[in-house]
Amino acid sequence: MSRFLFPRWSNALLPFVLIVGAIAPLYVSLLVAYGFSPKTLDGQYQPEQPVPYSHALHVGKLGLDCRYCHNTVENASHAAVPPTQTCMNCHTQIHKDSPRLVKVRESYETGMPIEWIKVHKLGDYAYFNHAAHVTRGVSCLECHGRVDQMEVVHRAQPLAMGWCLECHRNPIDHVRPPEEVFAIWKPTDSWTKDQRLELIKKNDIHPNDYCSTCHR
Amino acid sequence: MSTIHAHEIDNTGDVPGKRAPLVLGHTDFHQVTNTICRPNEMRKPPMAWYVMFGISMMLVMNLGFVVHYLIFTGVGVWGLNNPVMWAFDITNFVFWVGIGHAGTLISAILFLFRQKWRTGINRFAEAMTIFAVICAGLFPGIHVGRVWLAYWLFPIPNQMGMWPQFRSPLLWDVFAVSTYFTVSLLFWYVGLVPDLATMRDRAKGKVQQMAYGLFSLGWRGSNRHWHRYERAYLLLAALSTPLVLSVHSVVSFDFATSQLPGWHTTIFPPYFVAGAIFSGFAMVVTLAVPARELFGLKNLITLRHLDNMNKVILVTGCMVGYAYGMEFFIAWYSGALYEKFAFMNRAFGQYSWAYWIMVSCNVITPQLFWFKKVRTSIPLMFILSLFVNVGMWFERFVIIVTSLANDRFLPMIAISEVKGVMPQADPHWEGWHQSHGAGSNAAAAHSANGDNS
Repeated sequence: MSRFLFPRWSNALLPFVLIVGAIAPLYVSLLVAYGFSPKTLDGQYQPEQPVPYSHALHVGKLGLDCRYCHNTVENASHAAVPPTQTCMNCHTQIHKDSPRLVKVRESYETGMPIEWIKVHKLGDYAYFNHAAHVTRGVSCLECHGRVDQMEVVHRAQPLAMGWCLECHRNPIDHVRPPEEVFAIWKPTDSWTKDQRLELIKKNDIHPNDYCSTCHR
Repeated sequence: MSTIHAHEIDNTGDVPGKRAPLVLGHTDFHQVTNTICRPNEMRKPPMAWYVMFGISMMLVMNLGFVVHYLIFTGVGVWGLNNPVMWAFDITNFVFWVGIGHAGTLISAILFLFRQKWRTGINRFAEAMTIFAVICAGLFPGIHVGRVWLAYWLFPIPNQMGMWPQFRSPLLWDVFAVSTYFTVSLLFWYVGLVPDLATMRDRAKGKVQQMAYGLFSLGWRGSNRHWHRYERAYLLLAALSTPLVLSVHSVVSFDFATSQLPGWHTTIFPPYFVAGAIFSGFAMVVTLAVPARELFGLKNLITLRHLDNMNKVILVTGCMVGYAYGMEFFIAWYSGALYEKFAFMNRAFGQYSWAYWIMVSCNVITPQLFWFKKVRTSIPLMFILSLFVNVGMWFERFVIIVTSLANDRFLPMIAISEVKGVMPQADPHWEGWHQSHGAGSNAAAAHSANGDNS
């Protein structure tokens, strides 16, 4: 009976098979941990907007307050995207014939809103409340980054659940006096750790991490 | 010695001091090897195989269709509604995990007890275990609704900073079933190595030689090989033995650890294990009968094997019947009103039809196996084993759905009854199709597998 056997050199392949088998679970874990993160999947998401509106110009140079346009942010869970009328408060007078504002004027005449593209989009199962954060001293800066330096807005933070929880479990690095919330050019460490600890006590900040805090 | 034909000899009798022959009609090992290898070396399988495989494949395609429909539409297609929030998925899961237990019992426990007759059926019973566990795994996978998030079942570090609930029996299930699958696969494969080497040595084509050669891991049948093989097999048998008892105990915790009348009982773990072995042996009989007919294995899977398995079905069937009775006794003896209601409702409520299907299939049918005529009649045992399969599916359905549907324990449900709303699960056709589909999935995989017993 002639017996078929693999040649002896094929034994050298065995260590590779074992190594691949040993590494595979680690690889899968790392793939899920880092690969499935919004940080990887979305990165610094920066869509092209229908109108080339520059936050760097309006906020950084001209000094518009965030609340001039996003006016509901202190009272509602949703920070409003301004209607065309807000733009036209100024632009009926300034640059009123600029070709960059064609779509704004068109929208103003027809009454059809400009279709801005949402950059900071959360899952519809996560209930984020702007007012709750802003009035207790969590600055716009913490989630949206230096919007006053952005020509085109991009996502500065990953907006992943783990990232939300980081702050909810340890808010000390992310609070400031509520009246300074919109001063996004001031870094949070302008206030010392002791001052921030004092603020947490004074403003009664105790974020929890129950499922139902955000998923209702 | 002249060759004796199988049907000429009756090896089912028990004469004290005399061993009944395990294998009929063979004079040496070579003939046994020839008989076993024949199905795999046939140029063409018998026509009946094509017919059965075709039917199975059609049902598998049906399964694929309904699973896609479920994934694209949502788990609502099962007819789930408050308060019956799970029914078909968990019923099928428990049913299939249970089926697997016979394979493990045959391969591990009977091996440790030196029951030599197991060698006739162990390999394909083990294969049945593996396919049954795969079928079981399908249902938790699709019942999460968002199947692309099914990896949440496993404790893998993730960007959500979130872990599964370690106090939940559903997570224990994940560990129990994945351990079970791994050990069953290893046990099956280790046992298969010398057989694969035999196939390699008999193979004619180069591709077959390479494939069998790869999976037989360079087996040459030396003394050292056999020594290590026996050791490994014994160790794996010792590892698998506790699994026969533990896996279905953990599955029963899904119900027993919750505070729902009809679920919250301490009898559940042994009762589930007995039920698992009961259904598993019925499935082995269901599969063994056509396999030995079609592939000419009547001399290896003899009437004595089937007789033995039917005895196991009878014993475990009695255990299951005892458990049904004990549940009712405790419901009365405990004096708990809700418990009493749950069981009266089970037997006489809106799902009483399912309950009585269960009782007649699981308690009454196996009693026929007291008669040797029934135990040794091929057509009868095939039909009875089908009844047991049906009955055990309904057992899980009854436990899950009746306990949830009319639960007077939760205040919310009491309110809905005051309003005259009678909550009910509405079993939709998709659910039934998936149950059948998974069955044929296993059947198709089984027939594709062939039998290397």
